[in-house]
Amino acid sequence: MLRVERVSFSYEKGRPVLEDLRFQIAPGERVGLIGANGAGKSTLMKLFLGLLPCQEGEIYARGVLVSRENLARVRRTLGFVLQDSDNQMFMPTVYEDMMFAPLNYGLGREEAERCVDAVLERLGLTELKHRYNHKISQGEKRMAAIATILAMEPEILLMDEPTTALDPYNRRKVIQTIGGLPQTILIASHDLDMILDTCGRVILLSQGRIAADGPAEVILRDRELLEKNRMELPLCLSRTGG
Amino acid sequence: MSKVSNAQAELREMDELSARTSPIHRLHPLTKLLVTLAYLFTVVSYPKYSFSALFVMVLYPVLTFQLSGIPVRLCFHKLRVMLALVCAVGIFNPFFDRTPMLVVGGLTVTGGVISMATLVLKGVFALMASFLLIAATPIDRLCAALRQLHVPGILVTLLLLTYRYVSLMLRQVSIMTDAYALRAPGQKGVHISAWGSFLGQLLLRSIDRGSELYQSMELRGFCGEFHYADGAGYGAGDLAYTLCWTALFLAARLVNLPRLLGNLFV
Repeated sequence: MLRVERVSFSYEKGRPVLEDLRFQIAPGERVGLIGANGAGKSTLMKLFLGLLPCQEGEIYARGVLVSRENLARVRRTLGFVLQDSDNQMFMPTVYEDMMFAPLNYGLGREEAERCVDAVLERLGLTELKHRYNHKISQGEKRMAAIATILAMEPEILLMDEPTTALDPYNRRKVIQTIGGLPQTILIASHDLDMILDTCGRVILLSQGRIAADGPAEVILRDRELLEKNRMELPLCLSRTGG
Repeated sequence: MSKVSNAQAELREMDELSARTSPIHRLHPLTKLLVTLAYLFTVVSYPKYSFSALFVMVLYPVLTFQLSGIPVRLCFHKLRVMLALVCAVGIFNPFFDRTPMLVVGGLTVTGGVISMATLVLKGVFALMASFLLIAATPIDRLCAALRQLHVPGILVTLLLLTYRYVSLMLRQVSIMTDAYALRAPGQKGVHISAWGSFLGQLLLRSIDRGSELYQSMELRGFCGEFHYADGAGYGAGDLAYTLCWTALFLAARLVNLPRLLGNLFV
């Protein structure tokens, strides 16, 4: 579904942010992308989306090379949930925001509305439909932001810190929602408890390289590995002694 | 609440106002836009001494305020700064134009006073009509109407995005002024020595936020053209509304109704 081949990237010459990354994500897989600040998670996400050009190596989304020529095709299959929902929700109401992508992708207004209604119903957010974006809570906004992306029916979902700044109730709600999604999902986050809850596999980035790639249950229990890479055990595991 | 927060709240209030349901809100946006344009052209076209003739034009805003349920008080409150500017526009007319025009109770009224009053009235009417258009029409519907009038897409998109982004910029200003105030107790506003870095930071943050927003739009298939809400089609009622008001404006402009009525009694 997603294939990364020998990808390297640097913002400044001689100071690579990502170095020789190689991995694949299978259809339906849920992968957590973890790493300390500056490890290269956000840069990698931007490379997937074609927001940054691949300087070395290649990235494929559903077999299509991520390149300037294929951007429209690639972006049609990828949905990206931003860390800051305020940057994602720019229309006045949740409904208008959700209609934005389907209409851009050529769906008729009725068909787009059916799609929006189906997503809202699936996520249990029907009551948010006509609410103003500036009047809903942060938790509701985060759920609505996920809904706006699902309304474009992406096959692969990329999420940047989906649980940041949420209270426990809303965090749990977002985790449950992610758990129920059928898409292939890649989540970049520092919330290791959430990664443990939602992802079967974890890729640990450290200084632009893959420090570990394997089952979440194994990597997130490895205190030595995590601490070596400026991370800690998930809270739920540290309480029980790992 | 700070001035910035107030400005944010006022912007939101306009959004909510435009989402109400009233006979005026239900009209097709193109209808409202065309009638407003016809009104503005008519008001502006009155000669400078036509104070009494111009007064008839109050009918449109008064009726629209009534039918839309938008409080007049709110209009004057929101337009207070603009209204003050409008009133200042013709302030020098009485000094330059001293031609005696009429005598009221032994007091000579000069042409300058009348032209100033006419100018102020024109300004007030124009502001009221523009306010009514914006308060009774959601911005995206208004943009759709502009596109229907073949206004270039880039200009319309620019208008829409400016409207959307301005609230985000205000929020940024609010965050920064709060952060400043917390570390500058007893100071009123931002000290002039900090303006440079304050504005520079604001510009950089706005660019960052703007880029992220634009990327978010791009990632959802945005190619430079918004798909504006259709709403109901332009119906016979809309046509009748447009034609009636246009005819009334034309009649008011061609016939001096107040003078006609005055002549009946004199």
